[in-house]
Amino acid sequence: MSVLQDARSVGLVRKQFRTFGSAEEPLMLECGRTLGPVEVAFETYGELNADRSNAILILHALTGDSHAAGYFSEEDKKPGWWDVLIGPGKAFDTEKYFVICSNVIGGCQGSTGPRSINPATGEPYALDFPMVTIGDMVEVQRRLLDDLGIERLHAVAGGSLGGFQALEWALRYPDRVGAVLCLAAGPRLSSQGIAFNAVGRHAIVSDPKWNKGRYYGSDTPDKGLATARMLAHITYLSEASLERKFGRKLQWADRLSYDFVTEFAVESYLEHQGKKFIERFDANSYLYLTKAMDYYDVSQQYGPLEEAFSRVSASFMAVSYTSDWLFPTSQSREVVSALKRNGKDVTFIELDSIHGHDAFLLEADQMTRLVRSFLTKTDTVNHVKRVADRNGRREIVFRPPANGKRRLPFGL
Amino acid sequence: MSSARPQTESAASRSDYDRILALIPEGARVLDLGCGNGRLLQRLTLEKHVDGCGIELEEENVIRCVEQGLSVYQGDADEGLSEYPDHAFDFVILNQTLQVLGRPREVLHEILRVGRYAVVGFPNFGHWSVRLSLLLRGRMPKVSGLPHEWYETPNVHLCTVLDFVDLCRRDDIVVLHEEYLFGERWKPLSDGGGRANLLARSGLFVISRR
Repeated sequence: MSVLQDARSVGLVRKQFRTFGSAEEPLMLECGRTLGPVEVAFETYGELNADRSNAILILHALTGDSHAAGYFSEEDKKPGWWDVLIGPGKAFDTEKYFVICSNVIGGCQGSTGPRSINPATGEPYALDFPMVTIGDMVEVQRRLLDDLGIERLHAVAGGSLGGFQALEWALRYPDRVGAVLCLAAGPRLSSQGIAFNAVGRHAIVSDPKWNKGRYYGSDTPDKGLATARMLAHITYLSEASLERKFGRKLQWADRLSYDFVTEFAVESYLEHQGKKFIERFDANSYLYLTKAMDYYDVSQQYGPLEEAFSRVSASFMAVSYTSDWLFPTSQSREVVSALKRNGKDVTFIELDSIHGHDAFLLEADQMTRLVRSFLTKTDTVNHVKRVADRNGRREIVFRPPANGKRRLPFGL
Repeated sequence: MSSARPQTESAASRSDYDRILALIPEGARVLDLGCGNGRLLQRLTLEKHVDGCGIELEEENVIRCVEQGLSVYQGDADEGLSEYPDHAFDFVILNQTLQVLGRPREVLHEILRVGRYAVVGFPNFGHWSVRLSLLLRGRMPKVSGLPHEWYETPNVHLCTVLDFVDLCRRDDIVVLHEEYLFGERWKPLSDGGGRANLLARSGLFVISRR
C-alpha cells in the first residue's frame, strides 16, 4: 500500500526552516556565549485552528529529529520516529491538533549545530560551537512558536531528553503550556546516565579520526561514534528484552569459533545499530547533545524540586516503564512527588514493559490510550474550572444527611 | 489494591457509590484511595463537581481512570499518601480497601492528615452470617462480600463494625456519621455499631480528627 493511501498516516511531509538572530545580533546562550544566526528545522502535521489553541510541541530525544511522523516521499520506507502516535485518529490526533516537532540546536538534522558553517570563519564550527543546554533548546523552540504565532501550547510531549525539554517548558514558560507529557525522564540526569554518556564521548574523542573535532571534509570518526552508539543502545534496552530477542544465539555459525570475530547475534545486532547510526549522525553533535543532557538539573536552575515545581500551572502526566534502567521509575516519581507536594494536577503511571528505556517509543497501544485521554482531559471546561478553583476555594464542611437518625429495621 | 476488592461492579458496590455520592459535598477536593477503575471518582466529578484524584495500584485500572479524564497516581497507600501536604483534600475515600491494607491503622491516620474528613467503607466481619458460618462449618467464613478462600484472600485485616469504632475511640478519631448495609439497603444510624455489628453486611463511616 502506498503511504499516500494510509488513512492513519499524516502522509507526505516536508522539513521547513526558520532562522533566528544573525552574526550581528546573535542569541545569548546559558553558557555565556552567543550563537547566530540559528537555523531551526521543523515539521508540522495537522492544521492550526482559528484561535491558535490546538498546537502540540513534540520534543525529540538525544538522536531524534524533526521528522516525527509521515514520509518524505512515496518511496520512503520508514515513517517518522513517533509515527505510531502521531496521525489522523492516533494518540496525537492530527485531525484535532496542530503538531510541531523541531530539531534541537546542537543537533545535525537541519538545525544549527557543530557541523554548521561558522559565519566568522566560513568553516564548520566543530568545537568552536558553544555549549548548548536544554534551556537553550527550549529558548529556540519558543522563538519558533512566536514566529508561528502560537502563544500557548495545548501540550508539550517528549521522552528522555525530550522529557527534559518538556519539564523545562513547564518551568520556564508556565503560562504558555496547558499540559505536559513527560515520559521516561526525571528532574536531572543521574550519575549513571552521565557515566554512560562519558564513555560514549570517550570512544569518540579516542578515535584518531576525530582530530579534535576537525574532521569535516575528511574521514569521520566512525569507529568512535559507532562504539558510543552501541553502548548507548544497550542502555535503551533491558536485560529481559535482549534475552528474549537474542539469548545466546549465534549469528552465522552453529558452533563457537574460538576467535574474535562477531559471532553472537547480539553482537551483530549492536554492530548493525552502530553502522546505521554513523550514516545519519555527526560525532560532534553527539558530544554536544550528551553534554547538554549531563548538565540538565532542574534544581540547579530553579532550586529544590518542591520549590521549583511550585511555578508550574500545566496538568502533568508522567510515565515510567518497569524495565527502564536509564531513567528508572524513581526518577519520574521525584517529579511527580514535587508536583503533588504543590497540589498540582498530576497523573503518574508506571507501565509494565520489557522494552527498557525505548518503551516510550514502542508501547504504542498503552501509550495511545493514555495520551489520547490525557490530551482531551485538559480540553474540558470542568478541568479549567477545577484548576481555576484551586486558588480561591471555599471551606467545605461536612453536614450529615438530614435523615441521619433511623431506627433499626424489623423494629429491633 | 482494588483488583483485590471483593466486589467491584456488583449491585451492592454500586449502592455504596450512591451513598458516598450523597455524603460528599458539592465541589469538594476528593482523594479516592484505591480508586479502582475510577467509576466512583468519575461519578463524583460529573455529579458533585469534585476536584478529584485517585491512587491505584493496578496498571489496567490506572489506564481506565486516565481514559475517563481522571488524575490518578499509580502506587500503594503508603507511598502514595505521604507526599500530600496536610489537609490537601476535604475528603479522602477509603471504600472497600481498609481490609486489604498492610497497615490500616497508619493509613487511617494518614488519610486524616491529608484530608479533613474521610469516608471509610468496609465489609462487616461481625455480621451474623459470618459468625454462623464459622460456628457451623468450623472453617474460615466465605459469605456474600467475602468470597475468598483463606489461602488466597486479599483481605488481610478484616474487622467488625465494633472493632472499627473501638479503634476510632482509641485513636481520637471522631465518627461524624455512620450508615450500614442491611440486606440490600443502606440505613443511616447512630448506634455506635452496637446492633448493626450483628446485622449489617457493610459499614460506611464519615470520620475526622477530634
